[in-house]
Amino acid sequence: MAVQTRLRVPKEAKKGEVIEIKTLATHPMETGFRKGPDGKTIPRKILNSFSCTFNGKTIIDCTLEPAIAANPYLEFTAKVEESGTFKFTWTDDDGTVTTAEQAITVT
Amino acid sequence: MRQMTRREALTVAIGAGTAAIVLYGSDARATPDEAKEAIAKFTGGKTAEAGKITIDLPEIAENGNTVPLSVVVDSPMEANDYVSDIFVVGEGNPRPGVIHAKLTPASGKAKVSTRIRLASTQNIICIAKTSTGKLYTNQKLVKVTIGGCGG
Repeated sequence: MAVQTRLRVPKEAKKGEVIEIKTLATHPMETGFRKGPDGKTIPRKILNSFSCTFNGKTIIDCTLEPAIAANPYLEFTAKVEESGTFKFTWTDDDGTVTTAEQAITVT
Repeated sequence: MRQMTRREALTVAIGAGTAAIVLYGSDARATPDEAKEAIAKFTGGKTAEAGKITIDLPEIAENGNTVPLSVVVDSPMEANDYVSDIFVVGEGNPRPGVIHAKLTPASGKAKVSTRIRLASTQNIICIAKTSTGKLYTNQKLVKVTIGGCGG
């Protein structure tokens, strides 16, 4: 199942404003510490990294561990000086990359 | 097949015993020492001073599978003085690491919020690194009623 993502980014902001960004990705974040009904350990499979850039510049870059809860929620801020596009990237242990984008108008 | 000597029997028994300890003796929980090790790796062995960090975590987590966590570090977040890293570990999960967030002045605020899993009651420790080379730390104890590692 592909990772579904949800973003909460303001559509507009004033120059120099610090805005709040909320992101959600659907993913079981299998820790690798659980045992299945057959008694065998279920292998780890998590989104191990999340990053956000704005017009190519890094806003935040996270390494996620199995201690991050399923359907990872990440909230952070960004200071916007100009209009542009946020790009969000989630990377799975298996190499799959999921991206999302959101534009913002800054006046 | 010749009979095993007593010496050989003893060697086999010790070997099996050691294997058993290695396989089953290790606890499913990390220890505060493992958390200390992870922190030392992040800080390069330097001491972090207490302060600047506000940790928002419930005192009691009803469900260890999803516990809201918010970390805010007091910082101007200017080009010459900003928080470059927020590092979070737990002392009572199978592995200590929780999250490592790298920030830039464009982050605006040194803040990251997420939801975490807690296997049991434990201290959550945050370390912040600034662009000027300073290290800050804070920690909070969370009581967990139902552990969140599915085991």
